[in-house]
Amino acid sequence: MKHIKILGTGCPKCKQTEAVVKEVIDQLGIEATIEKVEDIEKIMEYNVLSTPALVIDEEIKIKGRVPMSDEVKLLLQA
Amino acid sequence: MFDWLQHLADWLIYSTFNISAHSHLGEALNFFVYDTLKILILLFLITFLMGIVNSYFPIDRIKSFLSRNKLYGGEYVAASTFGAITPFCSCSSVPLFIGFVKGGIPLGVTFAFLITSPLVNEVAIAIFLGMFGLKTTLVYIISGILLGVISGVILSKMNLEPLLTEWVHNVWKQAKAEQEAFAAEKTTFVQRLPSIGREAFGIVKSVVLYVLIGIAIGAAMHGYVPEGFFEQYIGKDTWYAVPLAVMLGVPMYANAAGIIPLIQVFVAKGIPIGTSLAFMMAVVGLSIPEATLLKKVMSTKLVLIFLGVVTVCIMISGYLFNLIL
Repeated sequence: MKHIKILGTGCPKCKQTEAVVKEVIDQLGIEATIEKVEDIEKIMEYNVLSTPALVIDEEIKIKGRVPMSDEVKLLLQA
Repeated sequence: MFDWLQHLADWLIYSTFNISAHSHLGEALNFFVYDTLKILILLFLITFLMGIVNSYFPIDRIKSFLSRNKLYGGEYVAASTFGAITPFCSCSSVPLFIGFVKGGIPLGVTFAFLITSPLVNEVAIAIFLGMFGLKTTLVYIISGILLGVISGVILSKMNLEPLLTEWVHNVWKQAKAEQEAFAAEKTTFVQRLPSIGREAFGIVKSVVLYVLIGIAIGAAMHGYVPEGFFEQYIGKDTWYAVPLAVMLGVPMYANAAGIIPLIQVFVAKGIPIGTSLAFMMAVVGLSIPEATLLKKVMSTKLVLIFLGVVTVCIMISGYLFNLIL
């Protein structure tokens, strides 16, 4: 069970990131929770400078850009 | 460099569609085809180039560079220049602000970065290059950077730290000593190219609609509004034109992609370029949505001071452009 968090204040890029992650989870058929973190104070706890950021099991994997689905696949299978 | 595109547009509109080069419609359509193609090509090339630059200067590295080096004033220029080359979406402005302040970067330097970053971006540069040529584009980039530097220096002299919100002060206290290490990306340059290309393509795709609308309206005006039309209302000598343009521009928040093609037509039809540039900078550089985001980290008073200083600097650069261009 993976815990995925998407950090972002709600800009288009953050929504794209969420869509990519959902798609990959469906494809892989793995169990995972997705949480969108939109509160800026919570986001800052992760020390990211630019959003969107992808956090898997409390570890920042990608920040400042929309990830590609292949990338997310690799990260989730690891 | 773009002669072949002009030939293509001429051939398409005048020969293939057989619309007279002397008709308003022919002129408008030709302008539309030529400008759209030219701008889309430039847009892709420049976003791609910026993507490459960016993969070498990720924002974390810039932050640690700025916080580690004492540059005797040069840090304003460095921050502002980095602001020009790094793209980030406007919703990153608060995380960036906090990250910079946390990393011990002075407030004025952080402001220099924050001001230039939206003002000079790859989309605006590409469209500027396509519509106004190299000289005006360089003037625009340099003035965007100078604007950040000067506003940053002025703001730093005002002792604004007490006007930050309590939250920022808390963050500050907590993280004084921390200097986080960033994970270096392990991928090689060649491995990165496809994803840079994809990203550039994505950026072009996300603005293409605005570009088309902007150029379409521009093209219509180009064909139908007579030469020098606006000159009778706003000339170089109309002293209040620059402040008026800036005041109109601040509350407006438009995509640079849509607004620049329009401005080119305004310029072609007689509005002085400095006035137009000031308007554009006010539209893309300052926005109400960004100001509301900044409220999270700044008191209302500080947000107003920030907007005020930048507005005045934009106005001054508008007058300067009218003098030198």
